[in-house]
Amino acid sequence: MRTLHQFNGGIHPPDNKAQSTQRSIARAPLPSKLIIPFRQHAGEAAKPIVRAGDHVLKGQLIGMPVGSISSAVHAPTSGTIAAIAVQPIAHPSGLPDLCATLIPDGKEEWIPHAAVDHRNSDPAELRQHLRMSGVVGLGGAVFPSDIKLRPGNQKIKTLILNGAECEPYITCDDMLMRERAAEIVQGAAMLCFMLEAGEVLIGIEDNKPQAIAAMQRAVADSGLPFEVVAVPTIYPGGSAKQLIRVLTGLEVPSGKLPTDIGVQCFNVATSYSVYRALAHGEPLLSRIITITGNVRQAQNFEVLLGTPVQDLVALGEALPDTDRYIMGGPMMGLPLSSTAIPLAKASNCIIAVSDKLFPPAPPALPCIRCSRCAQACPADLQPMDLFWFAQSREFDKAQQFSLFDCIECGACSYVCPSHIPLVQYYQFAKSEIRAHGHDQQAADHARERHEFREYRFEREKQEKAERLAAREQAAKQAQPAVPSINPADTMQQKIQAAIARAREQAAASKPKNTENFTAQQQAEIAEIEARRAHIHELAKSADEPSKE
Amino acid sequence: MLSALLVMAGIAIVLGAVLGFSAVKFRVEGSPLVDKIDAILPQTQCGQCGYPGCRPYATAIAAGEADINRCPPGGEEGIHKLADLLGVEFKPFGGGTVLKPKSVAFIDENLCIGCTLCFQACPVDAIAGAAKQMHTIITSECTGCELCVAPCPVDCISMKLIGENIANWKWKYPVYTLAQAK
Repeated sequence: MRTLHQFNGGIHPPDNKAQSTQRSIARAPLPSKLIIPFRQHAGEAAKPIVRAGDHVLKGQLIGMPVGSISSAVHAPTSGTIAAIAVQPIAHPSGLPDLCATLIPDGKEEWIPHAAVDHRNSDPAELRQHLRMSGVVGLGGAVFPSDIKLRPGNQKIKTLILNGAECEPYITCDDMLMRERAAEIVQGAAMLCFMLEAGEVLIGIEDNKPQAIAAMQRAVADSGLPFEVVAVPTIYPGGSAKQLIRVLTGLEVPSGKLPTDIGVQCFNVATSYSVYRALAHGEPLLSRIITITGNVRQAQNFEVLLGTPVQDLVALGEALPDTDRYIMGGPMMGLPLSSTAIPLAKASNCIIAVSDKLFPPAPPALPCIRCSRCAQACPADLQPMDLFWFAQSREFDKAQQFSLFDCIECGACSYVCPSHIPLVQYYQFAKSEIRAHGHDQQAADHARERHEFREYRFEREKQEKAERLAAREQAAKQAQPAVPSINPADTMQQKIQAAIARAREQAAASKPKNTENFTAQQQAEIAEIEARRAHIHELAKSADEPSKE
Repeated sequence: MLSALLVMAGIAIVLGAVLGFSAVKFRVEGSPLVDKIDAILPQTQCGQCGYPGCRPYATAIAAGEADINRCPPGGEEGIHKLADLLGVEFKPFGGGTVLKPKSVAFIDENLCIGCTLCFQACPVDAIAGAAKQMHTIITSECTGCELCVAPCPVDCISMKLIGENIANWKWKYPVYTLAQAK
């Protein structure tokens, strides 16, 4: 039995997971329209490589990854691209982004695809394959998985599969582990092979006994030396840094990555999609999404990426008093501005919300510095101080208080007796600091370019001056080289010599075929010569006045 | 009395020598204040302050010749920072300067005649092209200074507003109502 560790803080909200685990995962019917965003991952958005009117096959690449942190986007089914245009997507800004609209033809016609023999492939090739398969972290951060598999300066001792799924209401990973445990374990074996990890731990919260049992069975069947560990249920125990703490006792230092302490963490759903990408050559086209909350039929569906939220809501049969929807969980989820928004790689859950289910938050009161938030904070921060600095825009102080270690889990807002929306302040402060850093970088870059331009002008001026000086020097040197002879004389001599040479040459070379001319030809030649002489005369007389 | 005077004079000579030596030995090339001011300025090199670039403006501020409120691209935040650095009061924008939203230059490539005047004007080499070849703006390098707009003989350069998009969007300051005291 493994000794488990603890992190400070955390909360125990009612988990509300039982509603959506009564039925097995169902495949959602093919929607009439798919809206596929080109930005479904962290980093640079993919570049569209299809045009409106193109016919695409299921699994065909439609968005090419751009830059080092990016991922591919594929057509989730066969059909026709109706448009490439900006459309609303799930983003806190509510701003639209570039999406492809795909009208399915219903044939589900696959593009040719084949499995990759990962054991006999180069790791770099496998990473490239995952990048081109659009595999990203499905836990919520949607960070491209190929980058997490790059060899770092530290050897990976422990690979952790994250099946904790700590946020209330969400059960997509739970159901995936119950029903597709063998595939997840195979995916973990592939990840372990690529990372050359020493051990593999699969962390699952102990409120999912069926998932734990299924995973244990799958591990036993596979004969792999993986360990399934039941971890205590506490929010946010599924956050990577917190899960690493619980399983290994190691703490990821502030501003560092888990790889810096020899640990790497992947979500179970990511492991599943790695398996699909390598063992079947299938890119990431669908994911499991929970529809729950104020619905008649809470359930998990396997949904094609790009399916509008309203299609999933219809499957769950939202109750009439539903007035809004949340994408994600109640703690960290994103309120949706419309149900026409497409589901993407980051969408794990849709909660239908009524005022009865989630009563509106009471108006906020001033902070009384009770420090309940500090007790709840899983990242060992001082949320009340961070709030204070963010509110007064003292961003450098907020940064000194490790604002960027905040995982925005919302535990502080949950316990706040004054109901202050604390996380919003941290998000505001973080984005201001990031924007400022970006501006500063741009300014430094512009300064560098401007200075280089000035330097270039200076250098060009100097080079020109040097050239002139060199020419003058050369002219000066040429003069004293022949001091005794009059330069005009030498010039005349040279000209005379040249003329003599030319005459000799002219005498030596005679025009060809000039013998045997008829009298008429002779006359013509004479006439032409006369004309030529006349033109010479004219040219001379025309030249002379202009010279004066 | 005399010994006291001699001691004082001796101390003065020694200290003077130390000061003189350190002034030569630890001489700082250029003014560190100019560097600090220059670091705050946004480096658009736009000349809206009336000086030919950010560094000349920084030099003028350091010399006390220019006001701190002449840099529109730096925004009010920039004025606050300059005021903090120099220990002076914040001043609102003055001297005919106007705040403008961030934009980048755009060349209408159908109209461009390839005269090279714009890239001679560009302070950050953000325009690519050659004589009698079409020119184009390298958007990622453009600081939006508008210096290329005026020299263009065919008016083919316009400024395009960047606007808010997913890449540059920022979280807004949370606005919520406080509960009324009863």
